[in-house]
Amino acid sequence: MKWLALVGGLMVVLLAAVVLGPAAVPLRELTHSPIVLQLRVPRALLGLLVGGSLGVAGASLQSLVRNPLADPFLLGLSGGAGLGAVTAIALHLPGSWALPLAAFVGALGALGLVFRLGLVGGAELDPRILLLGGVAVGAFCAAVTTAIVSLAEASELRNAFLWLWGGLSGASWDTVRVLLVYLPLPLLVLFGAARSLDLLVLGEEQARHLGADVAAVKRRVYLAASFLTAAAVATAGVVGFVGLIVPHLARSLWGGRHRSLLPASFLAGGALLVAADTLARVAVAPRELPVGVVTALVGVPLFVLLLRRWTAY
Amino acid sequence: MDGVLILDVTDVTYRYPKGGRDALRGVSCAVRSGELVAVLGPNGSGKTTLVRVALGAAPPHAGTARILGRPAHTWSRRELARVVGVVTQHEDNLFPQRVRETVLLGRYARLSSWSGERVEDQTAVTRALERCDVDALADRWLWTLSGGEYQRVRIARALAQEPRLLVLDEPTASLDVRHEMELFELVRALVEREGLAAVVVTHDVNLAARFADRIVLLSDGVVAAAGSPDEVLRRDVAASVFDWPLAVSSFDGRPQITPLRRPS
Repeated sequence: MKWLALVGGLMVVLLAAVVLGPAAVPLRELTHSPIVLQLRVPRALLGLLVGGSLGVAGASLQSLVRNPLADPFLLGLSGGAGLGAVTAIALHLPGSWALPLAAFVGALGALGLVFRLGLVGGAELDPRILLLGGVAVGAFCAAVTTAIVSLAEASELRNAFLWLWGGLSGASWDTVRVLLVYLPLPLLVLFGAARSLDLLVLGEEQARHLGADVAAVKRRVYLAASFLTAAAVATAGVVGFVGLIVPHLARSLWGGRHRSLLPASFLAGGALLVAADTLARVAVAPRELPVGVVTALVGVPLFVLLLRRWTAY
Repeated sequence: MDGVLILDVTDVTYRYPKGGRDALRGVSCAVRSGELVAVLGPNGSGKTTLVRVALGAAPPHAGTARILGRPAHTWSRRELARVVGVVTQHEDNLFPQRVRETVLLGRYARLSSWSGERVEDQTAVTRALERCDVDALADRWLWTLSGGEYQRVRIARALAQEPRLLVLDEPTASLDVRHEMELFELVRALVEREGLAAVVVTHDVNLAARFADRIVLLSDGVVAAAGSPDEVLRRDVAASVFDWPLAVSSFDGRPQITPLRRPS
């Protein structure tokens, strides 16, 4: 029943994303309008993939670092990606792939740094070090990013600013294809680790005694979740809150078992991002809001409601 | 002594990588099926280290630690979890979870990553809940349980692993008298009725004396005394290990210690 509602909701949202938009397309022409086929459909699919990835990455990381506050961007990836993207904008790197690639490289750079920090002195990815290292690396990247932005010209500044708040306007069938090839591996790794994540929530020592190879699980989950996030941030910028709220929402409806939690987070994350993007396109048409603004505007009140329920326990 | 030898630690020495001295020196102990062994000793005497080495978390520098005849550190985590169920001292469940759900986690080592739970898994969970007398709580949230109920649920989770050895680290810390007794009665019943082997690490000397078949008393990383409660809890030995004057009396045929007031 819950699954039916979720899948149904996702279908409705996808349909709305295809039908609604600043340009009025008559329903009869829906299936052969280039606006729909070349812009709205790939954009909706990209929203589904990116939102879904952020949802799964967020749910996995919350369990991995045992912190309900964790979100995919807390571990420094958004900082690194932002730095990469803004560098690409400031340097006027040519080609439509320059920006996402630069962002991806930046995210991987931050990921590598934090991962390395987590292994210092023989430690096995201590959650506290991951969190602190992520925040530190993210803050450093943000500082450099701001330095670059402050030296940039006005038009670049606007581009950089919009990118930093996330948006799906770069969607094309090519980006969708790239993600369809790229995403299955990290998603499978995380779904395969679902049972181990169930145990990790109990604490590492108890998880070990129940049979989990904790060190290997942590490495696998951290890398897979980070690769998901890096792809999401490279194609859609820093879309905040999806990776934080969606897992909590899914947890409150599906419980803590990752075998249902992760797929539910994927579908719910996708639905939320597609809905937010549709709103971002339609609300102030013909202009467009950064989708990160909408996810925050919708997400924060939702999150506050969830928090109230939590404290009511 | 006709039970199967499950845990066999012989002459083990262990030093932590950054430790200045041996945490364990020449320690031996054995645990057989149908036997409850209590590990006693003051803070820092090596109780936790002994359990770690015995369960293969750290290979000994000298001596051997074997589980069912095989060196402990060569068992994979998954293999070990099918033989040994451990209830650790601390556990904080980060996200809301129900009793049955958490007990089902005990089946982890018997399930593959992709397959769903089988009928036998559900049966094992139900049986574990019944054996610990927590089947009525199956649908409750963990955070609604009392401390004593929660500990029983955690033992049920360990039983769902269908282990041959149960290891409990400070299981009665912060429990009231009734829950303390209930817990030890439960472990005793499992040992007697089902032939389970059990190791209980505890600070409660008197409960250990009443429920354990044998006691291993550690002091500064060496075995100060080992054997039946009567053999181990003699006044001079206990007083020197715990570094406090004690009186030893007898209740139900078991030794009980009473720490004395410092003479004023």
